[in-house]
Amino acid sequence: LRMRVLACVRCVAHKGFGQVRLASAASQKKYVDLREDRSIYRTDPINHDEPKFDKILIANRGEIACRVIKTARAMGIKTVAVHSDVDSNALHVRMADEAVCVGPAPTNQSYLRVDRILQAVKDTGAQAVHPGYGFLSENTLFAADLEKIGVTFVGPNSKAISDMGDKINSKKIATAAKVNMIPGHDGEIADEDMCVKVANEIGYPVMIKASAGGGGKGMRCAWNDKQAREFFNLSKHEALSFFGDDRMLVEKFVDNPRHIEMQILCDKHGHALWLNERECSIQRRNQKVIEEAPSSFVTPEMRRAMGEQSVQLARAVGYDSAGTIEFLVDGKRNFYFLEMNTRLQVEHPITESITGIDIVQQMLRVAYGHKLNLTQEQVPLEGWAFESRVYAEDPHRGFGLPSVGRLSKYVEPKHIAGVRCDSGVREGSEISIYYDPLICKLVTHGADRPTALARMRDALDGYVIRGVTHNIPLLRDICQEQRFLEGRITTKYLPEVYPEGFQGAKLTPEEEETVLSLAAALNARKIARSKQFKNQSRQQSTYVDPYTITYKFITELPVDDEGTSAKQVPVHVHFENGDEKEARVSINGKTLAISGDMNLAHPIVSLKTDGKPMTTQIVSKKAGEITVVYRGTNFKVSVLPEHAQHYVKHMLPKPKLDLSSVLISPMPGAIKSVLVKVGDMVSEGQQLLVIEAMKMQNGLHAAKTGKVKTVTVKEGQTVDEGELLVELE
Amino acid sequence: IKMLSRYARSAIFSLPRGMQMATRATSSIQHTLKVAEKIEKTREKALLGGGQKRIDAQHKRGKLTARERIELLVDPGSFREYDMFAEHTCTDFGMQKEKYPGDSVVTGRAQIAGRTVFLFSQDFTVFGGSLSSIHAKKIVKIMKDAMLVGAPVIGLNDSGGARIQEGVESLAGYADIFQANVMASGVVPQISLIMGPCAGGAVYSPALTDFTFMVRDSSYLFITGPDVVKAVTNEEVTQEELGGAKTHTVTSGVAHGAFENDVDALMNMRELFNYLPLSNTDASPIRACDDPWYRVVPSLDTVVPLESTAAYNMKDVVLSLVDEGDFFEIMPDYAKNIVVGFARMNGRTVGVVGNNPKFAAGCLDINSSIKGARFVRFCDAFNIPIITLVDVPGFLPGTAQEYGGIIRHGAKLLYAYAEATVPKITVITRKAFGGAYDVMASKHLRGDLNYAWPTAEVAVMGAKGAVSILFRNDKENAVKHEEEYTELFSNPFPAAVRGFVDDIIIPSETRRRICEDLNMLESKKLKNPKKKHGNIPL
Repeated sequence: LRMRVLACVRCVAHKGFGQVRLASAASQKKYVDLREDRSIYRTDPINHDEPKFDKILIANRGEIACRVIKTARAMGIKTVAVHSDVDSNALHVRMADEAVCVGPAPTNQSYLRVDRILQAVKDTGAQAVHPGYGFLSENTLFAADLEKIGVTFVGPNSKAISDMGDKINSKKIATAAKVNMIPGHDGEIADEDMCVKVANEIGYPVMIKASAGGGGKGMRCAWNDKQAREFFNLSKHEALSFFGDDRMLVEKFVDNPRHIEMQILCDKHGHALWLNERECSIQRRNQKVIEEAPSSFVTPEMRRAMGEQSVQLARAVGYDSAGTIEFLVDGKRNFYFLEMNTRLQVEHPITESITGIDIVQQMLRVAYGHKLNLTQEQVPLEGWAFESRVYAEDPHRGFGLPSVGRLSKYVEPKHIAGVRCDSGVREGSEISIYYDPLICKLVTHGADRPTALARMRDALDGYVIRGVTHNIPLLRDICQEQRFLEGRITTKYLPEVYPEGFQGAKLTPEEEETVLSLAAALNARKIARSKQFKNQSRQQSTYVDPYTITYKFITELPVDDEGTSAKQVPVHVHFENGDEKEARVSINGKTLAISGDMNLAHPIVSLKTDGKPMTTQIVSKKAGEITVVYRGTNFKVSVLPEHAQHYVKHMLPKPKLDLSSVLISPMPGAIKSVLVKVGDMVSEGQQLLVIEAMKMQNGLHAAKTGKVKTVTVKEGQTVDEGELLVELE
Repeated sequence: IKMLSRYARSAIFSLPRGMQMATRATSSIQHTLKVAEKIEKTREKALLGGGQKRIDAQHKRGKLTARERIELLVDPGSFREYDMFAEHTCTDFGMQKEKYPGDSVVTGRAQIAGRTVFLFSQDFTVFGGSLSSIHAKKIVKIMKDAMLVGAPVIGLNDSGGARIQEGVESLAGYADIFQANVMASGVVPQISLIMGPCAGGAVYSPALTDFTFMVRDSSYLFITGPDVVKAVTNEEVTQEELGGAKTHTVTSGVAHGAFENDVDALMNMRELFNYLPLSNTDASPIRACDDPWYRVVPSLDTVVPLESTAAYNMKDVVLSLVDEGDFFEIMPDYAKNIVVGFARMNGRTVGVVGNNPKFAAGCLDINSSIKGARFVRFCDAFNIPIITLVDVPGFLPGTAQEYGGIIRHGAKLLYAYAEATVPKITVITRKAFGGAYDVMASKHLRGDLNYAWPTAEVAVMGAKGAVSILFRNDKENAVKHEEEYTELFSNPFPAAVRGFVDDIIIPSETRRRICEDLNMLESKKLKNPKKKHGNIPL
């Protein structure tokens, strides 16, 4: 295969009109925030007299590539970005000093191509490679290859990676290092008899899982002998088909567990520090949603014990970079070793917030060979930090089904104190099906838990994202849910709090009134403004100031999918003394004062309702309908003139599309395979095609028996959500 | 005639006063009360149209009555009805026994957002909204008044067709309306909203107006209904397939948009009305604006994909460029390779025309040329500045287009742009190839400000096509030649050095530049030579 390293260095001095590209690139740089606010890194700041790498390559994309570039730039290290062709204009490419294209969009043809990335390292003369997380970060072969050409891998040595990468092996090492282990058999389980024997020794419930497992595959919880036998065989088969490795483990199942992890930092001179814990219990499908540091559950003694055991383990494997030890914690504050992640973690910013340590800076230092400057006593624990993972996904479906699109409007809430946004996107960026749908890691820091949490709520309210469906409604709802406020969380938090799945913010009657009032006030302002012409001079003698009129509306909250009719609420709006900033709203016999600049153009509108500050966003305003954001959730409110009240009821419901004869794409993705062709007879439930989105494969099935009339897609084609794929006669 | 009729009316009104002298006072009082009562009763009757039963039937079909529609359309309390007491004059088939005050149409004037509008609303509950002679006279009256003062006309159509009992009178009525439509064309904006059946001769009045909108599932437009179609051509077709909203907004291009139901349609008419000047002597309206004219639009810097053959949606450009992302799109489902519609820039109404690479690569074909041309002519007629966003690979080649007459249809768009004297601002976002470059409000067609984005390529054709002609005998080196051609022509410089584009601008600053230019062009004075009218290649 011909090498496709295009070495298309940034500001492509490309064909004749390089100058223009340069000009536009220069202007685009303005939107890349290159100012380094390093005030958050108050512990062990950068020492510019210290020797360092001259140039590093970041073998990653998105927010983590941007994150590494920021610190490298601050340290005075030149940066090289690698990117796929669709990422040529991505933020990390813009931020880096140089950029190399390593292939087309699919990750296995670009970001995972070790050969091309090695070539890029050679071509650009980078002295070290930071792998970020995911992709090549735990690839021992890559680390070894780099070593061969004399380039430093910014991460642990490859032996430590491979020791900790295997679950059985890591358990053995951890046991030897006297780390608390989940009671279980440290070794492979040969057959089902042995499984039952071991399960009885440990005591039920037990977890039967594949040694090579991950992501919940090949993992089952057994409560008795019968289940133990059955699940052992099931999981063994599954393990073989998924991982090609059917070695099995049995261990104690920890009921209602918390997921708490310890950040460690080691150098090549045998020093090891623990940087306090992170609570990561709010998860769905083993993916974290909201993290915090420290954990409200961990006592100082427990913290010290966890930290010391972590450091013991790190020393035992000869660890020499930043890493994380994951623990499972039960209700009695017993903690058990789960696994070690030998990389920079997604959620590292919250640890940075409470310690003031720049973990990337320390990784680059120790990779260069420097000693850690800090002692354990010098590691601070200041305040509280939260991280919300803002994803391009629909939280109403399984707590998050990927969504794609273009960020037509995008404003991060950086204006709020104590807010940090780690993102790899900007307005105009495309969230594509090829990569992780993470938009931003929204981090807030405050003196204590309530402060940090209040800031998180404000930040989520002030976060403007248009063009893609995102999970802010869920994040915002969790941030004021009672159990979360009290810190009573486990890894089962989401299914327990939202047993029916997340269905959007549930409003109290008072909150409903607030939303309706808000929508009515904004609509009144819109209608009043529609009469403010600057150059229409006729009939001035009968002109009435539109802010002196009382606007009478009939409002209605959106009906749910079932079509149950919402109730119509009459709302009257007038402007106090004709002042367009002072709306008075009468609803259900009450009067609400909404004051402030009801600007219909700004993405964020800050108002006061009866004196209480509130932030809302106008998502869209159509004829007779206005969509506002309240508590993170979009509310599409119908606002019609009062006299329409009697007429709306005559409007007929629209005939629904017969969904049984058409197959509609449930999500954006790529068509993996098409299993039918025009003219085929298919039976109900038969798989028609397979769609792949965000690394998940989904079979789509016929809803009825019939003959295929049309197939609108081909294998390999990408489709949008709601696109017609197959039609039956 | 008007003077005379007014005189006659006052003479009739003065009659009772004259009789006063001759009769006893008591009877005079009774008479006055009786007349007052009769007025009241007639008014009440008029308000009920064809009666409660028919009103209920109308509601059952998901349709509102003529008066309910007006109430939703205009500012509360602003409707002034004309000719509420008019009655039909037919005496055949026992029609003299069945009369309804106002007959089958409600006419008058009102205000929308404080500005005058004349309107008529056909009443389906009275003789199925059929067109009688008086019905036509009422409509023609308000149209003449609208032209007199310079105010738009909105027609709410819901009519079964001609009043067959009246015969040729009804046909004459249609013709009177057509003539009035044509006279008003280009003088005041005319909008038709089809809210029920509209068949036969009735379809031509909407077709003569500037915009025709429909209501989904309850409105139809056709020359003849399915029954006649079956009889004549033996073709079986449903009403919806023949002339429903989908047919006319997607396939035929007869209608400019469709709405979910009556309420939705009327609410949207108010929005549209707000964009329009009242007449051809009024300036494009400037409404108060919350969106800063100097707003930088960062997303525009990355909207054009790096791969020059990759598609993007020109509507993304439009929505982020204009005030608050408010865009009233005209014909959103027809000839999607061109986007046209109304928006505001710093409060001022503008017409936006953009090639849309997302559909058919944004090429110009027969349908998109016609769609664009009609919109450009509307804007020019009513002093609305035109913003043109160009990304066009050329006219669509092929037999289908040539046989269809792409030459004369494409010429319509060319004619419309060349003829237009309103401010014209053009931004070439990417491709501007061949004759299509000339057509899309180029400098040569009196474009006032023509800009190119850095991604612009102004050339006779793309590299591949050019090389296959220029170097047809040197196929081996085609790749090399293509590179050479790309280097020479696939950039904005050839146009910029010749002054065909005034500047190469940074996309994110486009909004600011356009707003500044519109401000400057406010005083633009340009007149075409005096003539009876041009001869656009229809």
